[in-house]
Amino acid sequence: MIDIAGTLRRSWQQLIAHIDFPLFFITLAIMGVGLATVNSATWDSSHRMLSQAGNMGIAMVVMWFVSRLPPQKLMNFAIPLYVFAIILLVAVFLFGIKVNGAKRWLSLGFTRIQPSEIMKIAMPLMLAWYFQKYEATLKLKHYLIAALLLFIPFALIAKQPDLGTALLVGSAGFYVIFFAGLPWKVIAGLLVAAGSAAPILWGMMHDYQQKRILTLIDPTTDPLGSGYHIIQSTIAIGSGGTFGKGYLNGTQTHLEFIPEKHTDFIFAVYSEEWGLLGNVVLVFLYTLLIGRGMMIASGAPTLFSRLLAGAITLGFFTYAFINMGMVSGILPVVGVPLPFMSYGGTAMVILFLGIGMLMSIQTHRMLVKK
Amino acid sequence: MGHFTNPEADLDRFRFRLGFAAIFVLLAFGVLLGRFVWLQVIQHDFYQTRAEDNRIALIPIVPNRGVITDRNGVVLAHNYSAFTLEITPSQAGQLDATIDALAEVIDIQPKDRKRFKRLLDEAKNFESIPIRTRLSDAEVAKFAAHRYRFPGVEVKARLFRQYPLGSIASHAIGYIGRITERDLKWIEESEKQANYKGTDHVGKTGLEQHYEFELHGETGYEEVEIDAGGRALRSLKRIPPVSGNNLALTLDAKLQQITEQAFGDRKGSLVAIDPKTGGILALVSTPTYDPNLFVDGITPDNWKELNEHPDKPMVNRAINGAYPPGSTFKPFMALAALEMGKRTPNQAISDPGYYNFGNHQFRDDKKGGHGMVDMYKSVVHSCDTYYYMLANDMGIDNISKFMGSLGLGQRTGVDLGKDDSGESKGVLPSQEWKKQRFKKPEQQKWYAGETISIGIGQGYNAYTPIQLAQATATLANNGVMFRPHLVQHLVDTKTGEKRPVEPKPIRDLQWKRSNVDVIHRAMVGVNKEGTGTRAFAGAPYEAAGKTGTAQVFSLKGAQYKEHSTKKELRDHALFIAYAPADNPKIALAVLVENGGFGAVSAAPIARMVLDYYLLGKLPGGAAKDDPAAVEEDHEE
Repeated sequence: MIDIAGTLRRSWQQLIAHIDFPLFFITLAIMGVGLATVNSATWDSSHRMLSQAGNMGIAMVVMWFVSRLPPQKLMNFAIPLYVFAIILLVAVFLFGIKVNGAKRWLSLGFTRIQPSEIMKIAMPLMLAWYFQKYEATLKLKHYLIAALLLFIPFALIAKQPDLGTALLVGSAGFYVIFFAGLPWKVIAGLLVAAGSAAPILWGMMHDYQQKRILTLIDPTTDPLGSGYHIIQSTIAIGSGGTFGKGYLNGTQTHLEFIPEKHTDFIFAVYSEEWGLLGNVVLVFLYTLLIGRGMMIASGAPTLFSRLLAGAITLGFFTYAFINMGMVSGILPVVGVPLPFMSYGGTAMVILFLGIGMLMSIQTHRMLVKK
Repeated sequence: MGHFTNPEADLDRFRFRLGFAAIFVLLAFGVLLGRFVWLQVIQHDFYQTRAEDNRIALIPIVPNRGVITDRNGVVLAHNYSAFTLEITPSQAGQLDATIDALAEVIDIQPKDRKRFKRLLDEAKNFESIPIRTRLSDAEVAKFAAHRYRFPGVEVKARLFRQYPLGSIASHAIGYIGRITERDLKWIEESEKQANYKGTDHVGKTGLEQHYEFELHGETGYEEVEIDAGGRALRSLKRIPPVSGNNLALTLDAKLQQITEQAFGDRKGSLVAIDPKTGGILALVSTPTYDPNLFVDGITPDNWKELNEHPDKPMVNRAINGAYPPGSTFKPFMALAALEMGKRTPNQAISDPGYYNFGNHQFRDDKKGGHGMVDMYKSVVHSCDTYYYMLANDMGIDNISKFMGSLGLGQRTGVDLGKDDSGESKGVLPSQEWKKQRFKKPEQQKWYAGETISIGIGQGYNAYTPIQLAQATATLANNGVMFRPHLVQHLVDTKTGEKRPVEPKPIRDLQWKRSNVDVIHRAMVGVNKEGTGTRAFAGAPYEAAGKTGTAQVFSLKGAQYKEHSTKKELRDHALFIAYAPADNPKIALAVLVENGGFGAVSAAPIARMVLDYYLLGKLPGGAAKDDPAAVEEDHEE
């Protein structure tokens, strides 16, 4: 007799062998909230919930594949992916398509891609690989080279200009360097240097860049321009109150006052309908996600996997913090989506690449120890 | 030598840093939660009210565009109010049916429908969109009688740009037109898109484009309460727009008009400059066009006619036409020779009527030559042989250096067009220029023989009329050079304050005064006893000048006969002048395309301009063009 039940059970176990369930369920919970919010945001017009569910499905398949690759395999991707992303960024610089005054896209004929997205993953991978390679002989020189590896893509993206993405890519790289043990003295020095350079930078800025920062301080000075976004999203959040206006009942959302409400400003939609209570739940979910990521990093057996896990985790934190800070009016408006919530296929796939890598690091740990 | 690291210590350090990061994350999220409590609990009532009030839409109010006047206050561009028929889509119901019904009352062309469709795609629901512009009074009355049938359709007063003088000075003023994709990019790159909400016209060329952001003004807005469907209910608050700044020009509209009339149907250009400031008094390019055609969207027929006309009326010859300067180059060559010590004023050559260089004979226009020629005579009688020799003695790079210092072969930076890329550079030949210009090595080399004809303003030389005018003004001003400009001052409509465009000297060329005086005397001589005598006969002021004729094509040794040559191949006529010679108030350069001899076609135009500007005399019995009567003047 063939043990059908046994075979099925074994294949199932085989299938889920590299899934980290705590991480998976936390992510699912955030995505559930996100899907419901996308549904509300696009209720009156484009109805994007199913399409977003499709994006999630594709992204989870990517996660599944990546989680099965052992970290040693991931290391093999570091250089090729980094070099590939650099080449694409240079190509954008030379032949990119200009949209709204910024060159960010590369046309492939049938579709167009945004190479800076790839860099979000390629950067921490590359630097983690680099520190692993020189683990035994790490000197200040290596930090300098790592800084250079960080600076080249940062400058290429900042030049597009896409300062938001450049800062995200830069921070991902910085986290690796930080975890690799960049001396505190250097960090303190960098902070002092940044602080003292601020007035000089302010002087070098274009009028419109200064205006953008002033708009943050007082959005009412530019009610027809970018101040409008901040004004409307703060009204949405504030009017949500403690318990929210109820699902599908946000007036700001459904009277079309919130711009980009299913992408970058989706948090305003959520916050209006679910109130402070909903915000606490969401921030708690992100804290769980980051906590689980840090546990994985802490238990990772090699320098490479530690650095990668740490950087990816702090990356999730950075996206979530910048997005919610921008929508609630304490950070300038830069184009950063809210992780696992905002509508969009590319961003979702990139996020799940990160989740997949965390799972790979976690589930291959035992094998390494053996 | 790398130090051996301790894996345990490394792991501890990593975990410590992870803990540090965790604290940072918690702190950051704490700040965020604090912000939420502030907005959602403490400030909740405030935002609650805002949200309830937030049925307010901002409707932009387009400001009045600044007015352009000449130096005497004559209006060159202004706005007038006209009635348009507009539809507010959210209130009008079925749009196609509405327009069909409207067409039975008011004349609505297919192009009106097309424009309406296009605007509809860009607009918000509660904005009204014009279906017809410039309604006549009769049409307004007719619609009023039928108004009850058309909810959401109304007659509104909108402002339109108008150029009262029509085609006069059109190349200087430019025109405005509907904002296109390209204009939008420009506006976005200048970070002005917020201020252009509701604006649908933008400067396309000339001053209208150069001073776009001055002329536009600040957009105001009206806060309108809307219902859940986006329909406007009532107006709550109105921030009025601020009109754009006015431009007061240095241009003299009457002078401009007289000059354009003097050209008649001939093609060409004249630029007249106040040498003491660089202010442009007249900037003519003929043929011209009527800028009013563009304001409301030019019809395809008119566009085709203007663009495909063989005389190219849309080209601004003053800044975009590059022509060989011909003999008007000679005074500058002579000054270069004095400044560089290559000649003294009294040094004379013997002119046999030709100059041999290598195997080639360069011929003078006068058979048999001018005899003994010193510098004065070389300018007054425009002796070619003198300058063939001089060019050879100076060498191409010395010539190029001196002419370059006068601004020839460079953009002047005049305030026309979006940026100075709209202006042509012309060609200032030099060894370096030839190397850049040609690809093949044998073409890149400069041959000494090529320098010879440069001396009489032929060869590779090609300059725009505005460059020639600037160089002439600089000469008139003893080497102090100004950037030519059209705007004298901007009038801030908010404060009424006048912001003058300061005439800034670009550079002082520091010529020796005695050298410049030699040239001044010689150019006065041109109009007294030389090639300009006939044109300036009886002038009550002393004018300095120089005639020029530029070959359009090489004659290869054949005798040039004006009447037997096809018109497009006839020589260009040139004249440069300034007056009064002892204290110049005006300097100019004239070019008449295919006009033949400069003394015949170009100099009389200059006379008319100077007579009007210095004496206020209107051209009456202007000298007729009679080539047979001016045989003596053919020495160019």
